[in-house]
Amino acid sequence: MFIRQISVFIENRKGRLAEFCRLLGENGIDMVAVTIADTTSFGILRAIVDDTDKAVKVLREANYAVTVTEVLAVAIDDEPGGLAVALEKLRDAGISVEYLYSFVRHVGDQCVILFRVDDPTHAIKVFNEGGVRLLSFDEVISYR
Amino acid sequence: MASQTIYNPKIELMPRDQLQLLQQYRLRNTVQHLYDHSPFYKKRLDEAGVAPEQIKTLDDLRRLPFTIKYDLRDNYPDGIFSAPTEQIVRYHVSSGTTGKPTVVGCTRHDLDMWSECVARSLGAAGCTQKDIAQIAYGYGLFTGGLGLHDGCELFGMTVIPASSGNTSRQLMLMQDLNPTVLCCTPSYALYLGEALQKQGISPDELSLRIGIFGAEPWTEEMRKRIEQLLGIDAMDIYGLSETSGPGVAVECIEAKHGLHFWEDNFIFEILDPETLEPMPDGEYGELVITTINRTGMPTLRYRTRDITRIIPEPCTCGRTHRRIDRLKGRSDDMLIIRGVNVFPSQIESVLAGLKGIMPHYRIIVDRKNNLDTLDIEVELAPDMPLDEVRTVEKLRSEIEKGIHATLGLAANVHLVQPNTIERSEGKAKRVTDLRKVYD
Repeated sequence: MFIRQISVFIENRKGRLAEFCRLLGENGIDMVAVTIADTTSFGILRAIVDDTDKAVKVLREANYAVTVTEVLAVAIDDEPGGLAVALEKLRDAGISVEYLYSFVRHVGDQCVILFRVDDPTHAIKVFNEGGVRLLSFDEVISYR
Repeated sequence: MASQTIYNPKIELMPRDQLQLLQQYRLRNTVQHLYDHSPFYKKRLDEAGVAPEQIKTLDDLRRLPFTIKYDLRDNYPDGIFSAPTEQIVRYHVSSGTTGKPTVVGCTRHDLDMWSECVARSLGAAGCTQKDIAQIAYGYGLFTGGLGLHDGCELFGMTVIPASSGNTSRQLMLMQDLNPTVLCCTPSYALYLGEALQKQGISPDELSLRIGIFGAEPWTEEMRKRIEQLLGIDAMDIYGLSETSGPGVAVECIEAKHGLHFWEDNFIFEILDPETLEPMPDGEYGELVITTINRTGMPTLRYRTRDITRIIPEPCTCGRTHRRIDRLKGRSDDMLIIRGVNVFPSQIESVLAGLKGIMPHYRIIVDRKNNLDTLDIEVELAPDMPLDEVRTVEKLRSEIEKGIHATLGLAANVHLVQPNTIERSEGKAKRVTDLRKVYD
């Protein structure tokens, strides 16, 4: 149930992001979801790509520091309070969210949220028992 | 001709033949003293096959082994000393090349000799007993503050022991206590001068007339600018902790060209840094110093790594002690940043102890608003677990803390992508110095 995400160190310099995206594009790698956490001097770009291993190889060859992290993807009702329901379940189980980002595509009347939590195995159990729909990597990818 | 005080006319004006006899006598004594009291030098002399009684004239100096900065580090803290701890009255500590600093031990005799050198230097630079000195060198482990302090007191000046930093307080002291002499690094003098200008204080409102500036290289252009901003004569003083501290050599106000080397206490040589053969008079080479009037930690043929030359012509001031020219550079990669000696190897040793980074880095030194800045780019390891911003931030701040602890200087650390720092012959090009510190 884990989704493999790449995290990439991007220097805070003009054009670096464009360079990164162009590199993936030229290698036929598709980004399904992307987010950036930024500081004054650098950013950490996190993305779900259709071919994680290839992306890591291509990026390392092009001098990027990249690491693979496992995150969870869940389908959330796309309505006010939808995300709150999922978060409350985690809170009640004592699980902390390290970060999350949303996935703009819709699955019927649901949207996709990517989570990084401190206890992922526990979180899977909590979501399953709480009726929050977890998505597999293939499902995430198929929303392209 | 500017007026001057000759603090010790007997020595400062001593005819050269007598001065050389004095040097010869003291050199012999120093070598014997080291042989008898410093296991380090006894071993070195034995290895070089030199017995103390073989050192008879100044020409025999060339038979003596060299001392390098590494020797002080390898024998940290006091393995090179030649006096027991009960005779050492003070330690000074300066940057080493890696990790551990360099420790210097002074006996009472050594401090007295040093203070006399500073007193002579003050006189040569144009100071008189009526002068009031504001000492804005750092007090503490660094030799600048205490060295000038002791020398000024011995000379008979009034001392304001301001120490470094706190610019607004420095300016207040200048306005309220009317110092006539300012002692600090040349870059700090420039900074103070511009701070005055910003506050609309004209040098005419102050009593300053002389500056005693050292601990870092500077240029004629900087001298002109400082003199104009502060309304003073800006004088160059030279020294290093390994041989005492400031006051090994100084410019005289009369010639304001070249620094008189106190040859009764220090023998200097100018050598080719590659072959270690003497350079002809007037040609640039590495300055090598033998201290001949110290007891706690005399150094034989200490390689300063500073590049200078002899000014062979006699000086108009009448002093017989020969002059060296303004420093022209270094024969190693040492940087002087805010008066602190910094070796790239020190930064390397900090980086080597940390995970998540590559051993490639670039040091960028610049001067902004007359203050030196130190920026260090460090390559992240390609597989650094960097998913969390705080992990990366923590690594960055660990590097900054490590550098501060080792150098005593704040640095801005920038993490960069792996393999992006330019290499030449496989090695990273490590230092970019954007300042103009040498003529």
